[in-house]
Order: sequence, then structure tokens, then C-alpha cells
Amino acid sequence: MEYFLELFMGGLTRGSIYALIALGYTMVYGIIELINFAHGEIYMIGAFTGLIVAGLLTMLGFPTSAILVIAIVCAIVWAAAYGLTIEKMAYKPLRSAPRLSPLISAIGMSIFLQNYVMIAQTSDFLPFPELIPHFDFMDKVGSIMSSAELVIILATVASCVGLTLFIKFTKLGKAMRATAQNRKMAMLVGINVDMVISATFVIGSSLAAVGGVLIASHIGQINYYIGFIAGIKAFTAAVLGGIGSLPGAMLGGLVLGLTEAFATGYVSSDYEDVFAFLLLVLILIFRPSGIMGKEKTQKV
Amino acid sequence: MSNESKTMNQSFVRFFLTAGCDGYAHAVRKSFLVALWFVFLTFPIMVIRVNTIENTVVWHWSRLGYVALAIFFGSFVWRWLLARKELKKDESQNETRVESVLTRMQSNPIFKFSALAVLALAAAVYPWAFNLYQTNIMISCLIYIVLGLGLNIVVGLAGLLDLGYVAFYAVGAYAYALCNMHWGLGFWYMLPVGAVLGAVLGIILGFPVLRLRGDYLAIVTLGFGEIIRLVLENWGDVTMGPSGISSIARPDLFGVKLGVVGSTQYMFYIMVGLLVFTIFCVNRLQNSRIGRAWLALREDEIACQAMGIDKMKTKLMAFALGATWAGMAGVVFAAKTTFINPASFTFWESAIILSIVVIGGMGSIRGVIAGAIILILVPEYLREFAQFRMLLFGAIMVLVMVFRPQGLISAKRKIYTYKVAEAGAANE
Repeated sequence: MEYFLELFMGGLTRGSIYALIALGYTMVYGIIELINFAHGEIYMIGAFTGLIVAGLLTMLGFPTSAILVIAIVCAIVWAAAYGLTIEKMAYKPLRSAPRLSPLISAIGMSIFLQNYVMIAQTSDFLPFPELIPHFDFMDKVGSIMSSAELVIILATVASCVGLTLFIKFTKLGKAMRATAQNRKMAMLVGINVDMVISATFVIGSSLAAVGGVLIASHIGQINYYIGFIAGIKAFTAAVLGGIGSLPGAMLGGLVLGLTEAFATGYVSSDYEDVFAFLLLVLILIFRPSGIMGKEKTQKV
Repeated sequence: MSNESKTMNQSFVRFFLTAGCDGYAHAVRKSFLVALWFVFLTFPIMVIRVNTIENTVVWHWSRLGYVALAIFFGSFVWRWLLARKELKKDESQNETRVESVLTRMQSNPIFKFSALAVLALAAAVYPWAFNLYQTNIMISCLIYIVLGLGLNIVVGLAGLLDLGYVAFYAVGAYAYALCNMHWGLGFWYMLPVGAVLGAVLGIILGFPVLRLRGDYLAIVTLGFGEIIRLVLENWGDVTMGPSGISSIARPDLFGVKLGVVGSTQYMFYIMVGLLVFTIFCVNRLQNSRIGRAWLALREDEIACQAMGIDKMKTKLMAFALGATWAGMAGVVFAAKTTFINPASFTFWESAIILSIVVIGGMGSIRGVIAGAIILILVPEYLREFAQFRMLLFGAIMVLVMVFRPQGLISAKRKIYTYKVAEAGAANE
């Protein structure tokens, strides 16, 4: 039973990170129908920025909890800046292009960013300092869950709740929903669609950056290639939950994380990805639009 | 210089410098602000290099200067190219000079045959004119052209976004490698077997995804590609796992085993033959009944069903036929490199092949050839740039897509023009 709970907590942690990144994928897809392959790279850049800031502040002698907060803030700022720039350069000129062109542009951007970080920094694995503080009250359940896992899960829950409230109640959130429904109509009622799309990229990138710093601190090392694998998994999670739907992305992330954790724990760790993808295929066979996806009526 | 050409040069310079802005001052200010933004953007990753173990930090301030200068001047070029693209949008004819040259060449029989004769001569002499290394590169490029043409059937003609194409490639290669290792089956025997295996796997993949549309299809095919690769990597008893299979036999010429140089030249001619065969088949398929069914499927699935086209059969045919070429290409790849392991069959390969199809121009055979030349040959010749190779590769992909989203050479459908008969000859 304890093993089950341990796996469950581990799965929740993984799922939280996948959910944070998947939210970015699903928001961008909902608004401009583009699979942003470069999103995984934004997550990686967030982690790298966090490492750089944390390294600098540690040398200057800041306390650890302050470093964590400042590192996350800086990661958010720079990841959002990268997301904004990528959108303006690689996706905006292609808004009226055939569907596959922005996809190839995204793949190219992904390759470019990976190699940019590899050349500018290094291709080695860089150790990431442990920034998440250790709480004494967690020692009682230490065999099941660690403090880091608790922080990650709580941070994700807070982000998801915050995002849902934002989308539901603020003016920009309403503008985002409107643009996702019908871009031309949104333009007609006076919504600045360019700004809404940029805001979507900024929010998605911020969430990915938070996930990047937290999980890097938990795992302990980063590398220029982590974005690719995390990106594919998170994209799978987004599709699993129904791409374009925010609760779907959160649910998809959790389902994927739990599946991987249980597959690793009970079957074999080699085949964890196989289980994840098989799960995806099964769910899509029975629900072609994902768990919470809406069936879009097709018109001739 | 005459006054006229002077003013023309001046207006070109003026257009170049002030595209998208009002006046020189505005353009310079815009470029300055953009350069400032990029300096801020790239500051942490470019400039600061921390070492958390030794608690040291290295500051690369000079890089900021390079970034600022490059972005400042680059932004002029970027705005100019974007403005040119906007201008061209209004013209109905969107042909590049290369395209119109090619079209004119193909419609004039004299040009067409002389060009083909030159190509055939070049292909015949290539392995003798260039060394082993260059021939290997060219064989690689030809393999990618065949892969691109196969994926073109699935993505370009039938409009089914397949991100796991590399799975069929891997199956063909591993089939040859394993059969060669266990039972000593030769290359010529395995080539059709690889094709059939590819087709079978294509149908197996096609069945579960029949109902999926668009991006859901993409992620499931991506998943299939990864599943195949992971099974190859982890099922060590059968597939020899990550260490791969080595010493795969090269093709022999009527039972005579050739050395390394001879085999490579032999492989080159085999690939040229396979390529010609593929181009012929794809061309015929495009203009056949199934080809038109694919085009209808791509344009509008529901209308296509309403016209009586069996959606299931058409989709399965697309997957199966596309996968056949990948299977054959896989067998050739295994024979060429004599060593395969799962690392050669990652998602990146699928992405590269998809990029070849899209950058070259979807649905067009000449486009796929152009795309393969750009995406495969250019990085090979850029090997001198070492680390910057892949950086340039990504940048080229983005640039080609931004400034020419429809691809380099777009597909041309056959147009028959009706020649009005002369008076008196009508009603014959």
C-alpha cells in the first residue's frame, strides 16, 4: 500500500509538470490552431534562466527561499520574452498560410533554440541547485512524498486555479475565449487579436517556465535537450485531454503522469513511454477528440 | 550611370531601408529598438555562464555586441523581405523564377530530353568523378528523396499528417538486418519483402486512426513512431537493443561480393534506379483514379464521401503505399551503412522528412527533390561549420517557411488547353 501511495505521489508530481507545459500547448492551439513545437524549448530556457539566476544569487549569498522566488520570477520574465519574440518572428507572418507551414516553422524554431542554448551555454548536463526548502512536517510522510513534490503539486494547483479564474472573470480572459471561438468575429467586436495572441503566448510560456524551474530543482540537473522530451509528453497530455480545452490539459497531464508512474513502478521502467502512447491511442480510438474535447461539427 | 538607372538604384535603396516604416529616421529607430530588445532577450543565456559546483561565473560581454550589430542590420533585411512578400501576395501568379524555368523546360520537348540526358550522364559518371565520401553523401540524399516521395503520398496527396513515418523506415531496415543475420537472406530477396512489410505495417497503423482528423492523427502517428523505436530499443532478445546490429551484408552483383568502394558505387546505381522507379510510380499514382481520390480526400473529406469515394479504402491505400517506399528505403539504408541501431530512427527523422516535403512544396515531385537537396546536402557541405550547422539548419527552415510558406516548387496539375479549330476544319 505504501508503495502504491509513493507511486501515486510521484505520478501526481510528474503529472503536474506535464499539466503546466500542456496548458501552454493547448492555449496556443485553441487560439491559432498551431502545435507549437518550440514550447518544450521555452520550458528548457526557463530552467536555464532559473539556473543562471540561482547561480548568481547563491554566489552573492542570498537565502535559499528568496533565491527560489527570484529565480522563478526571472525565468517567467525571460521565457515570456522568448515566447513573445518567437510568435512575432515565426508564427505571425504565417497566420494565413497553409496549415503545415507554421508547423514546420515551429519545428525549425525548436531545432534553432536547442542548438542556440547548446552553443551559448554548453552541451553537458549542468547541475541544478536544490532550491525548494525542506519542511520538517513532511518527515512523517517522508516515505511517500517529499517536500519538493508537495511544493510542485501545490504550485501547479495554484497556477491552474489562477488561470481558470483569469480566463473566466477578467476582460483579457474573455477576449481570449472569444478569439479562440471565432477570430474574425472577435476582430469585428473590437478585440485586438494580435495582443490577445501575444498574451496567450506570454501566459503559456510563464507556466512552462515555472514548471521548468521547479522540476529542475527536484531532479537536480538540466541539459539543452530536456525540452524536446518534455514537449512531446506534454503535447500527448494536451491531446489526451482534448486539445483546446484547459481543464482537458490539466486532466491529461495528470492521467499521463499517473500512467507513467504506475507503469514504471509495476511493470518496467523501459516501457513507460510505450504505455503512455498506447494509452493515448486507446483513448483516442474511443473518444476521437480526447477526454474533454468537444466534437467539432464539420461542414462541407 | 545614366540618370534613370541612378534614380532606380536610389528608389531600390530607399525601399530596402524604409520598408514597413515611414522614413529613414523611423526605420533606424525601429532597428535600434529591436536590437535593444534582443540584447535584453539573449542576455542571460548568451552572456552569463555560471558554474554552481565551483561557484564561479564567466561573463561574455562581447557576445552582446555581436548580437546587437547582427540584429540591427538583420532587421532591415527582415523588414524588406516581409514587405516584398506582402507585395507579391497581390499578384495572382506566384511562381518563382526557378519554377517558370522548369515549367518552360518541361513543356519544350527538346529542352526536356536534353536536360534528362545531361542528368543521366551525370548520374552515370558521379561515382567515378567524386570520391567515396561524396558518393556516400549523394546516396544518403537519394534515400531521403525516396522517403520524401513516399511521405508525399500520405501528407501531400492525401492530406494525412503523419509524424511517425520513420517507423516504416525502421521496420524495413531491421527486417533486412535480422533476416540477414539469422538466415543470411540477401539484399535483392529482402527488397520486395521490405516493401511488403512496410505496406502491411501501414495498413495496421491506418486502421485505428481512420476516425481521427488533423492534429489528433498527427500525435497518434507520432506515438506509433515512438512505440516502434522504444520496442526496438528495449526488446533486446530479438532486436539486439541499443547496441544495434552490425556487419549487415552489402548487395552482391550476381553472387560476386564487391569491396567497399565497389559496393558503394553499386549502391549508388541501385539508388538511382530505385529513385527513377519511385518517381515513375508516384507520377502515375498522382494521375490515376486513386490519386484523384486522395486529392479529393485532402480537400474535403465529407464532400469526397458524398461523391462515392470509399474513405476507408482511400486512407488505407495512402498509408500502405506511402509505407512501401519507406520499407524499401530502409532495406537500402541498412545495406548502405551495414550497421543500424534504434538511434537512427527517432522522431527527428520523421520531422526532417516532413520538412523536406513541406519546404519543397507539398504534392510536387520536383519540390521534394529540391527540398531534399536543401535539407540534406547543404548541412553535409556545411560540416565545416561544426556546431553552427544545426543552428543554421533550424534557421533555414524557419526562414524558408516565413518567406515562402507554399514551399519552393509547388505542385503543378496537368492542364490541357483546348486549341480552337480553324474555320472550315470544325465539324469534321
